[in-house]
Amino acid sequence: MYYGPHTEEDRQAMLAFLGAETVEDLFADIPAELRLGRPLDLPEALDETALRRLFRGLAAKNADADRFVVFAGGGVADHYVPAAIAPLLARGEFLTAYTPYQPEVSQGTLAGIVEFQTMMCELTGLDVANASMYDGASATAEAALLALDQTKRSRILCPDTLPPDVRATIRTYLSGPGGEVDVVPCPEGSFTSERLQAALAARPGAYAAVVVGYPNYFGIVEDLAALCEVAHRAGALAIAYCDPIALGLLESPGALGADVAVGDGQPLGNAMSFGGPSFGFFAARDRFIRRMPGRIAGLTRDLSGREGSVLTLQTREQHIRRARATSNICTNNALNALAAAIYLALLGPAGLREVATACVQNAHAAMERLRAAGARPAFPGPFFKEWVVELPDPREDAVDRVLAVGLARGVVAGTPLAREYPALSRHLLVCVTEARTREEVERLAAVIEEAASS
Amino acid sequence: MNGEGQAPGAVGLVGLAEPSIYARSRPGRRGVRPPAGFAPEVDVADALLGVRLREVPPGLPETSEPEVVRHFTRLSQLNYAVDTGFYPLGSCTMKHNPRIGEELAQLAGFARLHPAVPEEAAQGALELMWRLEEALCEISGMARATLQPAAGAQGELCGMLIVRAYHASRGEGRRKVIVPDSAHGTNPATAAMAGFEVVEVPSDARGGVDVGALSRALDGDTAALMLTNPNTLGLFDENIAEIARLTHEAGALLYYDGANANAILGVSRPGDMGFDIVHFNLHKTFSTPHGMGGPGAGPVAVRDFLAPFLPVPVVERRREGSRETFRFDWDRPQSIGRLRSHYGNFGVLVRAYAYIRALGAEGLRRVSEDAVLNANYLMRLVARDFDLPYDRLCKHEFVVSAKGLRERTGVRALDVAKRLLDFGYHPPTVYFPLIVEEAMMVEPTETETKETLDDFARALHAIAEEAAREPDRLREAPTRTPVRRLDEAGAARRPVVRYPAG
Ligand SMILES: Cc1ncc(COP(=O)(O)O)c(C=O)c1O
Repeated sequence: MYYGPHTEEDRQAMLAFLGAETVEDLFADIPAELRLGRPLDLPEALDETALRRLFRGLAAKNADADRFVVFAGGGVADHYVPAAIAPLLARGEFLTAYTPYQPEVSQGTLAGIVEFQTMMCELTGLDVANASMYDGASATAEAALLALDQTKRSRILCPDTLPPDVRATIRTYLSGPGGEVDVVPCPEGSFTSERLQAALAARPGAYAAVVVGYPNYFGIVEDLAALCEVAHRAGALAIAYCDPIALGLLESPGALGADVAVGDGQPLGNAMSFGGPSFGFFAARDRFIRRMPGRIAGLTRDLSGREGSVLTLQTREQHIRRARATSNICTNNALNALAAAIYLALLGPAGLREVATACVQNAHAAMERLRAAGARPAFPGPFFKEWVVELPDPREDAVDRVLAVGLARGVVAGTPLAREYPALSRHLLVCVTEARTREEVERLAAVIEEAASS
Repeated sequence: MNGEGQAPGAVGLVGLAEPSIYARSRPGRRGVRPPAGFAPEVDVADALLGVRLREVPPGLPETSEPEVVRHFTRLSQLNYAVDTGFYPLGSCTMKHNPRIGEELAQLAGFARLHPAVPEEAAQGALELMWRLEEALCEISGMARATLQPAAGAQGELCGMLIVRAYHASRGEGRRKVIVPDSAHGTNPATAAMAGFEVVEVPSDARGGVDVGALSRALDGDTAALMLTNPNTLGLFDENIAEIARLTHEAGALLYYDGANANAILGVSRPGDMGFDIVHFNLHKTFSTPHGMGGPGAGPVAVRDFLAPFLPVPVVERRREGSRETFRFDWDRPQSIGRLRSHYGNFGVLVRAYAYIRALGAEGLRRVSEDAVLNANYLMRLVARDFDLPYDRLCKHEFVVSAKGLRERTGVRALDVAKRLLDFGYHPPTVYFPLIVEEAMMVEPTETETKETLDDFARALHAIAEEAAREPDRLREAPTRTPVRRLDEAGAARRPVVRYPAG
């Protein structure tokens, strides 16, 4: 396939206009010894029919959620995606536009961003939200950088119940300014004010922020209000890493004292897509607006007094502020953020609450069913849509057995934890969203029983 | 905002205005019905004992599906896009996005795949990633790559952290990163984010790096030089071999910002130019849709001695006879860690791999040839009315200046850009790179016809003539867009970044 329109005559006419004989002449500025001088070694070009064959073949090797019942969670989950989202996102005016540098011909994008920002403020209970980050983990890392800058401190504290990917990303981002991440082990599966207090007291005045999952990686709803209060008493900011679906039901992080709320937007109408693209949301209190990373759209008026929107506070950004920018982010995940705005508009407050409620109900009913199958919850504590089960099979390879039996029975049984939590080597994180059915949970229970007895 | 006060019927006109979604909201109105769940018997208050639940629902709009579809369709109609017209936004490679990529990325085996499925149940995804990595290594002349970074800027951060890790592994704490004054803003911003001190070197009279200034700036404290080649002026730096030699002699690494790779596919490889680390912007060069600002993907390819520092995980292939299997390698003690969750913007990777497989080696080379042909052709047409600060061959884009026009007529590049909107064109990038006064950076791309380029040049010519005759016409432009010039200063002074909800 080739997508350019030129005929040989077009090329010749253009070359003639340029006084060039061949297109090679236009590359005369590249020294000969730096030219490749051979064709790239790539597989042969394919037409659309052959592409379909190749890609369908690859796709067929994956255990997707159309063919398998997916109980894996840990940040990405098989939630209901309304049918209206895909055709709207496929509109070329959204799909093939770029960053709204020319607001007069980008009002659709900009209005969509302001709507998205509004909805993120509403969900998080905070004052200002940006137009999106890459994902939840990088959004959290950027929030940590904001905290370092704001407090002039250099350490971040988080419990090991914060998702491992998120912790790892914060650590990587902090390696730039030389910041450190301290992780508090929480063997009971949730963070407590006592543990937080003790950890903060071990290094007085050192911590720029405390980062807490809400709910945490194990699905448990941490006592965010208490944790925020303890963090604030130590002069640290409180950053909540949130499941946006849960925010339809749980008290907002803003109302509980968080200074910054971040999270991953996959559950809001985005495909799982092997973990990306989704988007990160980033909301904060007003006083941080000029230190926020990323694009922000704001309302204004045009010459004739009509309301419109523009990218605003751009002096924070890399294209203006360069080495002193608040972040290097340029391209973000705008289309995925728009998916979230459409999702939230389609569901409304009642629909989102219903989704969140169905998650809690399904997950708790499933927990009881798995408990009956001998798979007990590993941790106490109220959980939202996922929880850690300890498998009944005492063998060391219990997890592998369950996963293998599951695949044979059309089930992705859960997210294994051993790599990040060696103590949880016989455990699975099981996620049960609003999209699961009782029959599907029965299948999971049967898989666990079969694996234990095989 | 809610359409009241406008003439009846005016709100129905397509492409003119659309009130906020909140204007369509009425208490109790419902859109889609989510699944009800199978366990209504579970008492949520019991299940979440001790958890504080919301008393006040979030202020989300209450609308119906038809209203939502209409609203977002109408919003889309206020946008300019590659699908609706020529979009020569320099540095952004706004070319046609083949729709086969959309179709393939939406296959359930990709779009509905959870990242935590066991490796044996994701072999198609891992194989795709491995083969895309292999193709990007061949195109760049590098040994290994990570597909994790979500965009170019995150690729840069990945690269700069690899630079740090590399020097640290040799017991060196080099503190400086050099960028040319023509660099994109993300380069200095990234270097600073990675903890480096940014040192700027000037460009020479031909638009390349001033080699004398560079050799004075390079020293034992220099960690890396970040370059774009062709650079942001659209010019290939002819001294690149010398630049690479000097950089390496100083013990520093050479970083390639691949935003402009559309000019060099199959023609010249960063690895052969002497670069050590390369990022690609798949949303530019490999034509995945820009989506109003993203998602993108910014894979980073490196020479073999830097491979141990790549983010975790990397994809490895195992061959047993004719059977190939693919797995993630997490055990990389020298890795810089991870830059985000999971494995990257996988959906974007699918599209980019489809693009590479559609074009093949010959097609990719043709991309660069036609991109360079279009840019040189358009540059010569436009140079009749605008100044050419560097009069030489350009690569896939070029920069002209409206400085002469400004001196003659008082109108600025911004006015020209705004007037282009009235002619139905998306303007070029303006006021970048910073080293050209009144810069207009034009990137036509290879997917545009000669007719389009001719017509665009005619529009610019008409605007230049207008500037002499009726300069106010340009200063008042645009007048044929949904809104006219917006008060950006006011927006920043008193930021209103949300609608009143409910
Ligand atoms: C020259 C150059 N470098 C880097 C970037 C940053 O890439 P991204 O927007 O994908 O983060 C851009 C894109 O805008 C660019 O044009």
